[in-house]
Amino acid sequence: MAIRDLSGADRGVRLRAPTLLRFLARQLDARPFFVIATVISLAFLFAAIFAPWVAPYAPNFQDPDALMAPPSAAHWCGTDSFGQDLLSRVIFGTRYVFLIGFSSVVIGAAGGLAIGLAAGLTHGAVEWGLMRFVDAILALPSLIMAIAFISILGPGIDKVIYAVGFAMIGPFARTVRADVLQVRAQAFVEAAGLMGVDRLRIIWRHILPNVVFPLAVQATIRIAEAILVSSALSFLGLGVVPPAPDWGLMISEGRAFISIVPWISGVPGAALALLLISLSIVGDGVREQFDPKLRANR
Amino acid sequence: MSDAAPIFRLLDVEKVYQIDRGGWSRLGRRPPRQLAALDGIRLTVRAGDSVALVGESGSGKSTLLRVLLGLTESSDGRALYRGDDIETLTDDKRRSFQRDVAMIYQDARASLNPRLKALDLIGEPIRQHALCRESELRDRVAALLARVGMPADTADRYPGQLSGGQVRRVAIARALASEPKVIVADEAVSGLDVSTQAQLLNLLRGLQHEMGLTLMFITHDLAVASYLCRRIAVMYLGRIVETGPTKEVLRHPLHPYTRALLNASPRFFEPIAETLPGEIPSPIDLPPGCRFAGRCPRAAQDCRTHEPPLATTHTKREVACLHPLID
Amino acid sequence: MMTQQSARQTNVLPLTRHRDPLLSFADISLARNGHSVLDRVSFDLGRGETLGLVGESGAGKSTIALVAMGLLRSPAVTLEGRMQFAEHGNLLAEPEAGWATLRGRRIAMIFQDPASALNPCFTVGRQLGDPLRRLLGFDQAATRRRSIELLESAGLNDAEARLAAFPHELSGGMQQRVMIAIALACNPELLLADEPTSALDVTIQAQIMQLILSQVRARNASCIFVLHDLALASQVCDRIVVLYAGQVVESGPAESVLRRSLHPYTNALKSCVIELDTETLTPPEGGLPAIGAMPAGCRFAPRCSRATALCASQTPPLRALEGRDIACWHPG
Ligand SMILES: Nc1ncnc2c1ncn2[C@@H]1O[C@H](COP(=O)(O)OP(=O)(O)OP(=O)(O)O)[C@@H](O)[C@H]1O
Ligand SMILES: Nc1ncnc2c1ncn2[C@@H]1O[C@H](COP(=O)(O)OP(=O)(O)O)[C@@H](O)[C@H]1O
Ligand code: SF4
Ligand code: SF4
Ligand SMILES: [Mg+2]
Ligand SMILES: [Mg+2]
Repeated sequence: MAIRDLSGADRGVRLRAPTLLRFLARQLDARPFFVIATVISLAFLFAAIFAPWVAPYAPNFQDPDALMAPPSAAHWCGTDSFGQDLLSRVIFGTRYVFLIGFSSVVIGAAGGLAIGLAAGLTHGAVEWGLMRFVDAILALPSLIMAIAFISILGPGIDKVIYAVGFAMIGPFARTVRADVLQVRAQAFVEAAGLMGVDRLRIIWRHILPNVVFPLAVQATIRIAEAILVSSALSFLGLGVVPPAPDWGLMISEGRAFISIVPWISGVPGAALALLLISLSIVGDGVREQFDPKLRANR
Repeated sequence: MSDAAPIFRLLDVEKVYQIDRGGWSRLGRRPPRQLAALDGIRLTVRAGDSVALVGESGSGKSTLLRVLLGLTESSDGRALYRGDDIETLTDDKRRSFQRDVAMIYQDARASLNPRLKALDLIGEPIRQHALCRESELRDRVAALLARVGMPADTADRYPGQLSGGQVRRVAIARALASEPKVIVADEAVSGLDVSTQAQLLNLLRGLQHEMGLTLMFITHDLAVASYLCRRIAVMYLGRIVETGPTKEVLRHPLHPYTRALLNASPRFFEPIAETLPGEIPSPIDLPPGCRFAGRCPRAAQDCRTHEPPLATTHTKREVACLHPLID
Repeated sequence: MMTQQSARQTNVLPLTRHRDPLLSFADISLARNGHSVLDRVSFDLGRGETLGLVGESGAGKSTIALVAMGLLRSPAVTLEGRMQFAEHGNLLAEPEAGWATLRGRRIAMIFQDPASALNPCFTVGRQLGDPLRRLLGFDQAATRRRSIELLESAGLNDAEARLAAFPHELSGGMQQRVMIAIALACNPELLLADEPTSALDVTIQAQIMQLILSQVRARNASCIFVLHDLALASQVCDRIVVLYAGQVVESGPAESVLRRSLHPYTNALKSCVIELDTETLTPPEGGLPAIGAMPAGCRFAPRCSRATALCASQTPPLRALEGRDIACWHPG
């Protein structure tokens, strides 16, 4: 039989098989900011992956002839107090940024999923206990939480990942639980129960897929936050240890010279700001694309 | 059919919802109000029978179904499935209940997981009850789809890619997948195109005849009730006010409410009939007497003091009215 | 009936037309993003007449109502043809400013789902008073007086108290009564009602339909109903337009179109109608063709039992036959 309402139908099809480029081309018209932000974020990602080929110098190569040199043909973004090329350090720094951002969000999302799912599916004391645990994480801003953690675990990039990831469990768990409660009340879950589908299977096939998807969208939005917190940790000297080319660390190192050689802090600072803004716009765009309510209003 | 084994029995079922007034009343100054969604429901559905449940929205039809299926706990009375309390079925009985009884929801789209393809949706009860080998699943789903008039390639589509009528068909195919003996449907054809509705009604009727299905069908369309169901139960404000063989009830309604419903259905080229005044009230803190008295053209003094029970008339029909239309 | 057969020439053949229609659609075509949704739709509506648009879901009924309301004027929509309304020769060519003087004032609309058509944030009084103040320039006291009058005539008891109510405090039927009061606030000449009762119970449907009819008749206004229930359409409409896949297939007085229908599709629709004494239903197979895949000749041909080779290759023109317009090669 013929399909009545094609408008809904082929929207569904297109959603499922998007080649990124075609998707971007279609979006450029409608949402230029989203496309620009996506391109910038991808450029950073590219820089992180291909840093040794893209960067003009090694991250820790010290040029004794160019200490605190202003931007020039040899050093496009200038050098720092050790004569290290800022552009190269920023490029290598993207590796830390993405490593920490992605890993900690994965930890946060996984932990949040487990706790949120458990809290959403249980009643009574178990649920109460889990939610108070989540409240405890949420009570402190993620930065303070991470600082507390680092002070226990000690500095180092892996510790930063654990600390930031743990601090993110709270907000993820909250949204997952809300989603679980909402999905659980849907008729299709009840219908499966009526057919005798057992509980684990209902969770696995019916609840989980409907929760994981919004969680993934949420995760893209939270990457920016994770990066910001990890940079703040490094800035405070609690995160990545020198001489690693971490952006937070670089901003902190340049702080002493901020009035005479502003580019030492300025270059990594600008890179951080640019990446965070871009990631936020991308995250919002992704959410808008997949949230049927927002999409309907466009 | 009156001697076949009863599948469902509702024995004086009551369902009262406590309505929280919210805000300050939580502090306990006033007790929560009682909403009587079902009040003294007695109903038997026998094997091979087809029962239509009709009434305005808010009369308690969906609640009755939910109690019947054990999805909502009744406040009082008993809901029996093949003689056993639905809430406390033994594992064996529960398994047979899950396989033999299938439900078609009022909102078919909401009853299908949007992230599963039709193949998995229809295949779910088949897998659950291990009705065939995994390798045969696709053929079996295709056969079910064909039965509801859909091409086999529908199996690879998600509910979001199907129109309203098609989603209903998939929901019906899914209900049929476990080879049920009883189908319970809540407004399964309302809100559809006349052509789609007619196609689905014929489908359901065909299944009824071929497979000897027992059917419990909620509808607000009396013509649909008479097309599909041998028996009818008319509900008003949580009570069954009239029940009997569909054709007889619709030809000679005994309850003024049944007649009002009949008059309100549109008929070709007849002027719009004199309408029933007012709207169905909320079943909160009901006054004594007949619930229909406020809108009933025949209401007399005694109607406001005496609540009429569902009683058998001399014509072997059951009606809850002090002044039924026997003339 | 006020129709008469005149020999006025449109694109192909003479059509049954009105001498002095209030609203006249002449060969109106509409495409959304390049996809044809309406194809050369023509019909007339006289003053004081009620007209019913019927057809399966997706046929274009609501689209016609939106065109008549001037609500489909966006770059994604291409509109051709002529829409004559009262003294306006072609409203489709009218700029937005011209529409603004008509919409809500002389042409008003009632929607299918009153719950979403009413603004949940404002009281009934505010939403009803708004057109009175804005379009008719009523002052505070006059607005209130008139609002109460309107609600009372829409059959809401306790009208004064209802003014302060929010939409969610009313039942679906009462919300639709409020919608009707709002639509009739400025005494429009043309009322468009898109499935005004399909969200309601049959009992309330009868009440609401009677209300709309009595209000419209009292004002000698015309009304277009979008309906999917043919029996209901026969009860409330003077004229019927049957649509299939964006085309008018049969239109004319309700008596001829519904009682003595000649188009196979109208007959097919009638065979889907279920009544109390219906023993068998014989609905046509399948559904509307997909938007991108319209059949070449008659769009109904794939489902039509009378279809011939001619039907599959050539589009039947809309022509006058036995007091109605019909588009079919083999009517009867
Ligand atoms: N906003 C839109 N964008 C694209 N296509 C649309 C839009 N609205 C309607 N259509 C298409 O236009 C055609 C006519 O739609 P319309 O809403 O007029 O149908 P209808 O006859 O009122 O149907 P129903 O009985 O379901 O209300 C359909 O094919 C529909 O898919
Ligand atoms: N979960 C609930 N909580 C409170 N009231 C309810 C609930 N479900 C139904 N009701 C009330 O019970 C009455 C009957 O509802 P329902 O069974 O849905 O009627 P129908 O299906 O006939 O439209 C209505 O007044 C409704 O508001
Ligand atoms: S008991 Fe009285 S009020 Fe109730 S339905 Fe019968 S006549 Fe009407
Ligand atoms: S033109 Fe041919 S196919 Fe179309 S409705 Fe008439 S007979 Fe049927
Ligand atoms: Mg219901
Ligand atoms: Mg419509």
